[in-house]
Amino acid sequence: MIPELGHYALVLALAIALVQSTVPLYGARMRDAVLIRVAEPAALAQFAFVAFSFAALVGCYVTSDFSVATVFENSHSTMPLIYKFTSVWGNHEGSMLLWVLILAVFGALVAAFGRNMPATLKATVLAVQSWVASAFYLFILVTSNPFLRLPEAPFEGRDLNPILQDFGLAVHPPMLYVGYVGFSISFSFAIAALIEGRIDAAWARWVRPWTLVAWIFLTLGIAMGSFWAYYTLGWGGWWYWDPVENASFMPWLAGTALLHSALVMEKREALKIWTILLAILTFSLSLIGTFLVRSGVITSVHAFASDPTRGVFILAILVLFIGGGLALYAWRAPLLKAGGLFAPISREGALVLNNLFLTVACATVFFGTIYPLVTEAFGTKISVGAPFFNLTFGPLFALLLAVVPFGPLLAWKRGDLQGVMQRLTAAFVLALVGITAVCIVEGRPVLAAFGVGLAGFVIAGAITDIVERTGMWRAPFPVATRRAIGLPRSAWGAAFAHLGLGISLLGVVGETQWGSEQIVSLRPGDKVALRHYEFTFDRTVPRTGPNYQELVAQFTVRRNGEMIGVMQPSKRSFPAREMTTTEAALMTRGFGQLYVSLGEAAADGAIAVRLYHKPLVLMIWLGCVVMAFGGALSLSDRRLRVGAPKPARSRAVLQPAE
Amino acid sequence: MAWFLRLAFIVVAFAIGGATPSLAVQPDEILPDPALEARARALSHDLRCMVCQNQSIDDSEAPLAHDLRVLVRDRLKAGDSDREVIDFLVARYGEFVLLRPRFEWHTAPLWLAPIGLLLVGAATLGAALRRRRRAASARVETVAPLSDSERARIAELTRPSGP
Repeated sequence: MIPELGHYALVLALAIALVQSTVPLYGARMRDAVLIRVAEPAALAQFAFVAFSFAALVGCYVTSDFSVATVFENSHSTMPLIYKFTSVWGNHEGSMLLWVLILAVFGALVAAFGRNMPATLKATVLAVQSWVASAFYLFILVTSNPFLRLPEAPFEGRDLNPILQDFGLAVHPPMLYVGYVGFSISFSFAIAALIEGRIDAAWARWVRPWTLVAWIFLTLGIAMGSFWAYYTLGWGGWWYWDPVENASFMPWLAGTALLHSALVMEKREALKIWTILLAILTFSLSLIGTFLVRSGVITSVHAFASDPTRGVFILAILVLFIGGGLALYAWRAPLLKAGGLFAPISREGALVLNNLFLTVACATVFFGTIYPLVTEAFGTKISVGAPFFNLTFGPLFALLLAVVPFGPLLAWKRGDLQGVMQRLTAAFVLALVGITAVCIVEGRPVLAAFGVGLAGFVIAGAITDIVERTGMWRAPFPVATRRAIGLPRSAWGAAFAHLGLGISLLGVVGETQWGSEQIVSLRPGDKVALRHYEFTFDRTVPRTGPNYQELVAQFTVRRNGEMIGVMQPSKRSFPAREMTTTEAALMTRGFGQLYVSLGEAAADGAIAVRLYHKPLVLMIWLGCVVMAFGGALSLSDRRLRVGAPKPARSRAVLQPAE
Repeated sequence: MAWFLRLAFIVVAFAIGGATPSLAVQPDEILPDPALEARARALSHDLRCMVCQNQSIDDSEAPLAHDLRVLVRDRLKAGDSDREVIDFLVARYGEFVLLRPRFEWHTAPLWLAPIGLLLVGAATLGAALRRRRRAASARVETVAPLSDSERARIAELTRPSGP
C-alpha cells in the first residue's frame, strides 16, 4: 500500500507542477493577481506531495519491503539502519527522487521567503522552476519509477553495493544535489528576466543568496566525494579527472564565475547579459552532470543503446532546457540594456578576468570530457585522462590564482594597479621566501617551489585584503577591531573563500610533490620503514560485522623508536554480493596522514601492503571547508537579509487588487 | 552521485575479471632496479587500463592492468626506451591506451582549445571594452557646450551664500 501511495503522490505532484508552470506565467503576462497568486500555494503543495512520496520510499527501504524492485536490488535486511536509509539514493531511481525532492524544497523556499520580490517576477520564477520539475517528474514516472513492484516478493534483498555502505553515501550525494539543483533557481531567475525583458541590480541581489547556497553545497559535496574516494578506494588518490568528477566540477567552475559576475552586476549594473548567460550555462552543466553520468553515455556512446528510453528522454530534456534557454537568450538578451562603464584596471576588470579564466578552464574540462565521445562517433577511440587535464587545466588555474589577490584590492570603476602592487608587497615577499625555502630544501627549483609560492601569495593576499580594509597596521588596535567587526560579512566571506583556495593548493602541492609510498609483501613480525616512520606488522585478526566478515591486520607505528599508535586496515567480504572491499587505516599527523591498505594474502601467509605518507593532504579538504565557510559568511551579509532597496521594489510591482 | 558510478564500475570490473579487489601495483611486480621501476611507474601513469573507466594501469586492480604493468616492465627490462614501450603498446592496443592523447590532426582541436579559447576570449573582451569606451567618449564629445544662460545659472548656484 505504501509504495502505491508514494507513486500516487508523485503523480499528483506532476499535476500540480503542470498547473504551476502555466497558470502563474499567464497571470504575470495578463497582470492578473489571482492567477499570479496560484504560484505560491502550488509550490508548497508540490513540496508536500514530493516529500510524502520520498518518505514513502524511505519507509519501503527502512522496513525492507523487498516486494519493491529497487529495494530488492539495493538493500538487505541485515544492513545497519543508516545504510538502509542511505541506499534510498544509492541507485538511479531513488537518486532521481531525491533530485526532485530538493527541487521542490527550493521551489517552496522561494515561495515562502521571496517576499520582497515583485509579484510578477516571483510568479515567473516559480513557473520556470516548475517546468524543470515537470520534466523530471515525467522522467521518473515514465522511465525510472522507484515504486515498481515485483510480482513475487523475494525473502531477501541483493544488498547495497558494499563500497557504497559508507557514511560518505549519507552526505555526498545529497550535498552534490543541493548544489546542482540550487543552480536551477539561478536558471529560473535568468529565464524569468529574459521573459520579462527587464533586469537590474535588485535582480542580482535576489538571485545571489540562492546561487551562494548552491555553490556552498556543491563545494562541500565535491570535497566530500573526493575525501570519500581517498579513504575508500584503497590507493589514496583524491582526484582522478574522471568524467563523473568532471561532471560535478564543471558546474562548480561555472557557478564560481556566476557568483563573481553577479557581484559586478549587483554593485555596478555591468555584465548583465553575460551574467544571464552564465546562469543558463551553469544549470545546463548541472543537468549534463546529472544526466550524462546517470545515462552512462559519458563512458561510451554505446551506453545509450543499452537503455534507449531513458537515453532518449534524457536527450530530450537536455535539448529542451539547454537549447530552449539559449534560444530564449539569443532572442531576448538584446533587449536588455548594457550597464556601467569601467576601465580595464578596476575591480570590474579583475572580475572579468576571473570570469575569462574560469570559463576557459570550464570549457577545457568540458572539451576533455566530451572529446573522446566525438572521436568515437567518427570511428577513432582515444582516451583523455589525468595527464591531459594536468597539462591544460593546471596552468590555466595557476594563472587565475596568481591574479586572485589583486581583485579585492582594486577599486571599482578605475583602479590603481601600482598602489595595489605596493599593498601586496608583503604577499610577494612571502611567496618569494616560500619559493626560496623549498628550492634550498629540495636542492633545485622544482614544481613544488612554484606551487608553494603561489599558495603563499594567495593566502597572504587574502590576509592583506582584510588588513587593508581594517587598517590594522596604521590604526590603533581598538579602532582596527571595531572596523573589522563593522566590515560587511561579504568582505570577510571573500577573504575566507580566497584563503581556502590557497590552503587547498598547499595541500595539493604537499600530497603530489612530497608524498611517499611503499608497496611490500609482509609476514607477521616484519618491519617496514617509510619516511620517519617504522611500521611493524603484528598479526591478523578475523572479525565479524553486521553483514560482513573481515580480516584485520594490526600495525604498530613508531617514530624514532617511540610507539605513536596502532593502525588496523582490513579487508571485508560481503557474502550477499560475494564482494570484497578494502578498508584503509588512516592516522593523522598534523595536516598529513599515514595511510595503510591491504592487498591480497598469499598462500604462505604473506600479505601485500601499501603504505603511504601523505604530507599536508588534509589541507586539500580543509581549504574547501574554509571556502564554503566564506560562502556562508557572505550569505549572512546584511544586504542579502534586508532585501532590495525600496525604489527598485516599488517600480514594477503589481499590487494585488483588494 | 558522481562517485557511485565510478565506484560501481570498479566493482563491476572486479566481477567481470572474477578477481577479488587487490592493490594496484603488486609487490611481486616491482623491478629490483629502482631506476627502471621509476620509469615503469611514470609510464604506467599515462597508460589506460582499457576495461576500466578512465583509470591508469598504475591505479587499477583489474587483471588486464596487471598484465599491462608486467608487459611494460618486460619491455623495459628488454632495453626498450620509453618511446619504444609506448609505440609498442599503441601498435598493439591502439591510441585508446594513451591517457594523454598524442598531438595529431584529429586531436589538435582538443589540445589547442584551451589556449585558443583564452586568446579568442581575451580578444573579444578587448574589442568590446574598446568599442564601449569609444562609444562613451563619443557621447561625451557630442554634448553641446554650455550656453551663456546655463553658465550664469551655475554661477548663481555655486555662489557661496552669505551669512
